[in-house]
Amino acid sequence: MPTPAAPSETRSGSFSVAVTGSGGSGAVTTGLILLEAAARAGYFGMLTRSAGPQIRGGESAAMLRLGPAPLDCMDDRFDLLVGLDWLNVSRFVDEIPLDRDSLVLADPAAGAVPAVLTQSGARVREVPFKELAGSVTDGRPNMVALGVLAAAGGFPHDALQAGLRAVLSGKGHRVRQASLECLALGFAQGIETLPGASGPARHPVARWNISGNEASGLGALRGGVRFVAAYPITPASEILEWLAPRLEQVGGSLLQAEDELASVNMIIGASFGGIPALTATSGPGLSLMMEGLGLAIASETPVTVVNVMRGGPSTGIPTKSEQADLNIALFGMHGDAPHLVLAPLNIADCVFTTQWAVQLAEHLQTVAVVLSDQSLGQSRTISATPPNLELPLARRTLAAADGAYQRYTRAAGDISPMAAPGTPHGMYTADGLEHNQRGTPSSKASDHLEQLDKRLHKLTAHDFGPHWAEHSGDGETALLTWGSSSGAVREAAARLEAAGTPVRVVALRLLMPLPRDALRKALAGCHRVWVVEQNHSGQLFHYLKSLDVLPTDARSLARPGPLPPRPGDIVAALSEDA
Amino acid sequence: MTAPAPTLALKAKDYKSDIKPIWCPGCGHFAVLSAATKALAHLGLPKEQVALISGIGCSSRLPAYIDSYGFHGVHGRALAVAAGLKAARPDLTVLVAGGDGDGFSIGGNHFLHACRRNMDMTYIVMDNEVYGMTKGQASPTTAPEWTHSKMTPHGTGMRRFQPAAMALAAGATWIARGFSGDPSDLTRLLVEAIQHPGFALLHVLSPCQTFRPEQRDWKRQVHAFADSPTNDPVEAAQRIHGDDGMSLGLIYSQHLPVWQPLNEPATTVATLEEEFRV
Repeated sequence: MPTPAAPSETRSGSFSVAVTGSGGSGAVTTGLILLEAAARAGYFGMLTRSAGPQIRGGESAAMLRLGPAPLDCMDDRFDLLVGLDWLNVSRFVDEIPLDRDSLVLADPAAGAVPAVLTQSGARVREVPFKELAGSVTDGRPNMVALGVLAAAGGFPHDALQAGLRAVLSGKGHRVRQASLECLALGFAQGIETLPGASGPARHPVARWNISGNEASGLGALRGGVRFVAAYPITPASEILEWLAPRLEQVGGSLLQAEDELASVNMIIGASFGGIPALTATSGPGLSLMMEGLGLAIASETPVTVVNVMRGGPSTGIPTKSEQADLNIALFGMHGDAPHLVLAPLNIADCVFTTQWAVQLAEHLQTVAVVLSDQSLGQSRTISATPPNLELPLARRTLAAADGAYQRYTRAAGDISPMAAPGTPHGMYTADGLEHNQRGTPSSKASDHLEQLDKRLHKLTAHDFGPHWAEHSGDGETALLTWGSSSGAVREAAARLEAAGTPVRVVALRLLMPLPRDALRKALAGCHRVWVVEQNHSGQLFHYLKSLDVLPTDARSLARPGPLPPRPGDIVAALSEDA
Repeated sequence: MTAPAPTLALKAKDYKSDIKPIWCPGCGHFAVLSAATKALAHLGLPKEQVALISGIGCSSRLPAYIDSYGFHGVHGRALAVAAGLKAARPDLTVLVAGGDGDGFSIGGNHFLHACRRNMDMTYIVMDNEVYGMTKGQASPTTAPEWTHSKMTPHGTGMRRFQPAAMALAAGATWIARGFSGDPSDLTRLLVEAIQHPGFALLHVLSPCQTFRPEQRDWKRQVHAFADSPTNDPVEAAQRIHGDDGMSLGLIYSQHLPVWQPLNEPATTVATLEEEFRV
């Protein structure tokens, strides 16, 4: 999809900055400090990052978008690029679109600005980051750059100092002091404040600075998870690293498993023991877990998997994002295996969606797969404090039995009480073999049909309430999307609306079971429906077609990763179609 | 672990469920079932405090035949299910049962890591050197020249997996070999395995009458280990490698740190959330 050359006129006064540099230059640290400073100055915003393939020490880019209102996607373009040096910067140019209104801050010591950047028409201003840093003992060029870009972005100096102290709290006093001196030197360079920098929110509400992976971990804890087993994998590991010490603090534990086959079965064991359990992984790990997830479904043992999607198939692009695991999440298991599939709609929503998934899995005694992705998980947001919704969803357990306990009874509905080990007279053997109501293995057709019905109907009969999607707007054009694409879609809709075309947005949080009637109602009267997602084959589009919930002339707008879906691209696609 | 005082006076038959085993007549696994119920009765364990976990195979059917909590999972993953359960519920007595294919082939990686984790659980492997449920294929413990499977008509041509040696190398802290033809000794070993604090491997020679009828001779081939158990891994390794595979009894027992989380809360989730506040 071509990026529109001219910047959109309906951007909400936000300001986009990128910092690039080779390993050790501190590009990401610069971004983290700026984000924290912006948060303290009253901004909303987000930080995404991109890295080369090196394990450690490779070039990296920090990309920020900041503004007075909540932001859920990156903009079409960047106002400012700070190049600490230009090593391998060509790796990032696709992700950092510049234009004639952009400004590139370059250190003359790093050599000429590469043509891949200047051909955008962006203005270049030279600032001797390295030389200025050299005038301070232990000074670092990235801290000078931070001061310069803070001035260009109109951030108050005191907020920057506070942000710096917070992010560098683990460093020694001397490092912090040198950084503060460099910051002041950069600030004093007299860079004019850029026109896009409109300042923070006038009445800032209480805000959090959180990454999607941290948010998923917190959602798990809020949902009651007290056991996690997992195998390290990019880009999901931060969920596990965040959870490991915190699970201990709240009376739970994390077990690093020998592989994903083990981790999924470990959480099944813990859940069988009565403890809500979760694992986190990415595509290759999810592939390995499929047999175990089928076991959890068949034995009605609740478990939750947070799958942080990356480019696929196979090893794919481990460090970059794509929404291409929908098919395996929906259909990866053999047999008829009804379960839950959910997707968070922005970084902060990882808290709620994960919590909801855990509690739904517990209540419905089934598997929940949460489809987060790299663009959510490894990005940070400054957002309003995520509300802590008390969800009345819990596992139905057995208090006591008279000796005639039937684990899979349908006597009182399709959700049957689940005895935890230790409960007298509740003994049963959970089984992946088909079974009768008592749990005894059975290959009888009648038992099979009955238990298939039980496992399906307990899901389809559940009232999922209003959280299945976030929808807004009206009009005869609808943008239908899911998960992390929702931010760009909502912004595209806002721009179209501002240009006089009202657009309905339906962003799906619950993908399986799909609330078909609610979705049909949400789309009623729409003549044009676009299904927007970040994958190559239009996985959501084909899924919705198969469920017969789309008008016959609905269109697919599917673009693979790793480039983020941008609002301008969506606007352009719709405009071409008009 | 410390066994609770046997005050409940449950008898072995009280631990039997009313489900009839699917095993062939004469199967060695009947003796393991019997030994398990006798060991539980001997230890006086409340039925609801016992969880028996298994994978797939003839021997993995065991949980349904015992009146305790049970989990009959997928092929090869019993030790993983058991690890999660024990981590989350340290109060339970966790037993794991399976066969040579389930434990040493498809579940081989979990076997190694369960040994080195040294969680407090007992792993009973009923070894008959054959895949019975799929009708007679070679397993990792099958002799290389065994040609009776249509799938390996020339034999496997591969050396046999050595369970005791592997367990020792991987860090198991209690290793013994039993025989289903000697049920009282099997019961004694199982009691000791359950009492051992850490990962205990009870490798049981359990003949398959249907696909390995020649194993009826095992009762003439087995013999007790000449030496008493050792806590020295070097000595244990020498004993295992110098053995014909038919020696019975406890080989190695060692007390080493057990992996077990505490699961004691020190703060609340609401307190943890404060770290995100700007």
